[in-house]
Amino acid sequence: MASEEESTVKEPLDLIRLSLDERIYVKLRSERELRGKLHHNLKRKKIFGEPILETLPCKAYDQHLNMILGEVEEVITTVEIDDETYEEIVRTTKRMVPFLFVRGDGVILVAPPLRTA
Amino acid sequence: MLFFSYFKDLVGREVTVELKNDLAIRGTLHSVDQYLNIKLENTKVVDQDKYPHMLSVRNCFIRGSVVRYVQLPPDGVDVELLHDATRREARGG
Repeated sequence: MASEEESTVKEPLDLIRLSLDERIYVKLRSERELRGKLHHNLKRKKIFGEPILETLPCKAYDQHLNMILGEVEEVITTVEIDDETYEEIVRTTKRMVPFLFVRGDGVILVAPPLRTA
Repeated sequence: MLFFSYFKDLVGREVTVELKNDLAIRGTLHSVDQYLNIKLENTKVVDQDKYPHMLSVRNCFIRGSVVRYVQLPPDGVDVELLHDATRREARGG
């Protein structure tokens, strides 16, 4: 019973609870996106019982959507307009952060990993 | 309360706080409160060329609401503990 209760989605935040330690996609204000990355090698290592630092993404969250994420790729998108041709130039800047606390008030959406069930 | 407790355990560690105006400040976490206001000591602005007016600031109080990110020390995250605390809090306990 308890395990069934743990795996069903009754309220929106349950969706994130089920994504703990899965890779998730977070869209933030000011054209920022965060993506977690799966590290297959590290995951496999852990199965063999070696004590390694876990590097899978969503570590913790609360009702404000404050979150701690691991192995985060942040993508910032900026759109500039060319002075002469008036064409839109889309630029993306990427960077990696090993561990990041994200304040919930900047979060627009959280998408769980794709499930094939 | 989860993140309040978490940050209390991080007191004394080096963190980088990124604000919503893109200013990033690195410093030693001195204290934190329930609103996740943060006090930093021995602060250094990450991009000093862009923000030279902050050169002489050594200690600062940061209002929690202007924080966008806090970059955490990689060894300062106990994954098991965080998971348990998160599940407990999600259950409303």
